[in-house]
Amino acid sequence: MGTVEVLVAQIQGLSSTAGDIARLHTILKQSEELLHSDTACLPSALAQLDASKYSLGYLYILEAYTSVPISQEQYSSTALTISRFLSSCNPEQIRLAPEKFISVCKRLKDQVVLLEAPIRGVAPLLTAIRKLQNSSEHLTTIHPEFLLLCLLAKCYKTGRSILDNDILEVDQPRDLFLYCYYGGMICIGLKLFPKALELLHNAVTSPMSSMNAIAVEAYKKYILLSLIYNGQFSISLPKYTSSVAQRNLKIFCQPYIELANSYSTGNVDELDTVFQTNREKFENDNNLGLVKQAVSSLYKRNIQRLTQTYLTLSLQDIANSVKLNSPKEAEMHVLRMIQDGEIFATINQKDGMVSFLEDSEQYKSCKMVEHIDSSIQRMMKLAKKLTAMDESISYDPLYLAKAGRERQRFDYDDFDSVPQKFNI
Amino acid sequence: MQGEDEPSGSATMVEDEIYDNGTSPDDEKRNRPIITGEQLDIEAYASLYSGRTKITRLIFIADHCDAETNQTMQLEALRMAYDEIKKGENALLFREVVPKIDRRLGPNYGMDATWCEMVERRAEQRKEKLENELNAYRTNLIKESIRMGYNDFGDFYYAHGALGDAFKSYVRTRDYCTTSKHIIHMCMSAILVSIEMGQFTHVTSYVSKAEQTPEALDAITSAKLRCAAGLAHLEAKKYKLAARKFLETGPELGSHYNEVIAPQDVATYGGLCALATFDRLELKSKVIDNVNFRNFLELVPVVRELINDFYSSHYASCLDYLGNLKPNLLLDIHLHDHVETLYDQIRHKALIQYTLPFVSVDLHMMANAFKTSVTGLEKELETLITNNQIQARIDSHNKILYARHADQRNATFQRVLQTGSEFDREVRSMLLRANLIKHDYNQRGGSRKI
Repeated sequence: MGTVEVLVAQIQGLSSTAGDIARLHTILKQSEELLHSDTACLPSALAQLDASKYSLGYLYILEAYTSVPISQEQYSSTALTISRFLSSCNPEQIRLAPEKFISVCKRLKDQVVLLEAPIRGVAPLLTAIRKLQNSSEHLTTIHPEFLLLCLLAKCYKTGRSILDNDILEVDQPRDLFLYCYYGGMICIGLKLFPKALELLHNAVTSPMSSMNAIAVEAYKKYILLSLIYNGQFSISLPKYTSSVAQRNLKIFCQPYIELANSYSTGNVDELDTVFQTNREKFENDNNLGLVKQAVSSLYKRNIQRLTQTYLTLSLQDIANSVKLNSPKEAEMHVLRMIQDGEIFATINQKDGMVSFLEDSEQYKSCKMVEHIDSSIQRMMKLAKKLTAMDESISYDPLYLAKAGRERQRFDYDDFDSVPQKFNI
Repeated sequence: MQGEDEPSGSATMVEDEIYDNGTSPDDEKRNRPIITGEQLDIEAYASLYSGRTKITRLIFIADHCDAETNQTMQLEALRMAYDEIKKGENALLFREVVPKIDRRLGPNYGMDATWCEMVERRAEQRKEKLENELNAYRTNLIKESIRMGYNDFGDFYYAHGALGDAFKSYVRTRDYCTTSKHIIHMCMSAILVSIEMGQFTHVTSYVSKAEQTPEALDAITSAKLRCAAGLAHLEAKKYKLAARKFLETGPELGSHYNEVIAPQDVATYGGLCALATFDRLELKSKVIDNVNFRNFLELVPVVRELINDFYSSHYASCLDYLGNLKPNLLLDIHLHDHVETLYDQIRHKALIQYTLPFVSVDLHMMANAFKTSVTGLEKELETLITNNQIQARIDSHNKILYARHADQRNATFQRVLQTGSEFDREVRSMLLRANLIKHDYNQRGGSRKI
């Protein structure tokens, strides 16, 4: 009994300087067993400690406290305790014990999900991510948990705030796959299709040595999104995709590939038959909504194709050539597309004629110039980063050792200064 | 050729001359087709060929002409085939033809069992004799004699319709060839048999073998080889290459190769393939101004006329000629499969060339020039525009086709922005992947950790 109190005292005593905290960390590690065995008096210990001052100690005790199964009624109060801790804790201290911190965060997520109030976890986890990250390029294990909560709570905008950061450092590959998958779904929810495509594409093409379900699901959504956004889908994966994915992904996504193939014929009826025959599969994958969007986007695609060939065309002809039932329906489609800026046209209701115009963007406005300028700046920054990375790799001893081993077979003359054997 | 030298296709054409584009007054007399839809003169046709191809071509015609309306033609073809077979020793073909005649040509053209028996008995005897001879040569190891022996075997099998065996025998002579003349002989025999069998990949390989012989080929052989190569390319649907080969064929060919192809065919095949695949410049330099090929074209004036019409933009009469030729071309053993594709390509090219010089084209006039309806024309143009073969847009309300002049500046801006965002995306995911690999965090490393 007394030992927990001693520990609390130690925590309070050893939290001022960095050296003290390091010592405290060792003590805490040693007393982990004690904490887990003696969970009854932990609440009182927590009450005695100030979360912002003694974050490390608080974290250890909290982790031990939340590790025991608790009753339904307690969920709410524990969730509250964890949330408070997450918002007030000291980032430097908790980074000493990231595993403990992550497991606490996961428990919060589990509890709010069980409480069916995922929104309660969104804000605390966002602060938790910010506190745990070394930099904005760092992907933590909390990222996917946070995105999942955002999805469940439908707080897409909050979720998007972390998706804007480019991710470069990854702790565990599983985090990346989940991050890309959930992130893609959030972007789909916000109708940010390019970003969603990018995330899903990353999930599919990331290096992997065995198939995983996340990549398969991501690929399914990727196919559908390509159809909705680009109107086409190329079956071949880029050559940097891992060979496992290249070989196997298609096998798992057969109905989707069929759908994409029939989409490319531009024939609405054919697409519809494929949709109807595979409807159940799409429904089981929870992709029915996206599939429906893809099917209806074919009408748009066909109308867009007409704009390439015609200057004027009657609504009746539009309805005939894209297989809509009536001129009225064609008018609705055209109208909606004009509103969304997908085509440039005017409808003459008197004659029932549509005149297609060219894109009115002249690339002369200040806004456009600014946009182009900012793009150029961004590219330059990226290019610099790429060069820096290339340099750092080219003098990485591990890499040189590997590349050198493979080079021995060649003549000395073949030895060029730039290493080629780095397949990204 | 017809006295008027219209600078069609040039942008200087004045408005009212558009009417000339296909319906000039003297069209009436030129329009009178030389070969109408009237029946193919089978006798004349068959006289162009000799040997086995004559028979197979006749049988082909009998099989493919419309039996309901054209029974006389079918029977005529069969009768001639029957007579021709009787002259030879091919009991196989004979048995094939007789049921087709089906006693429609009277008692003289029935199953002649005694003839068959006789032919077969003679064949047995001859085969035995050849085998004995060949064995004798082989024991004596005289190269030249062995070659002759195999060659005789090839000829024997060929005459009796066993094409596969004939091919094998001819090819076997190869090991015993001592001069390049022998090699060429072997290649020519192999090519002949391969064409009969429809094995056009063999044709290509033996043509190149024959062309690689060190000694210069005489004019007739090289013309024959060109024809064979042309046929092979035609079968492989490489029309442009086929056109080149036929156009290169020398006039020395004459009727020397009538066991495979008649000079008239060279003109037709070459002309049509060239029309379908060449651009105006090539058409002028390689077909119309080609002295060699002109000799061939003289043999088939229709093809000459239609090429000239095409070049001088008299599309209506050109298409007329083509339409009249079509039934006969469909009866051609080599061309029939390709007629539709070639015709489509020629028509598309005509449409493209018609629209090329104009900023705007009245669809009614264009439909007149092509003898089609406006809606039909609109559909045709639509597919061409979608395939990016015509840069234009259709004003379906006023029925006018407007040429589309792409705004280079805007297009460039669009492309720049697009390339930029692609680069952005690519580089970011590349950095991510590179980092993943660098930290060796692929799935394998990960699963160890979890």
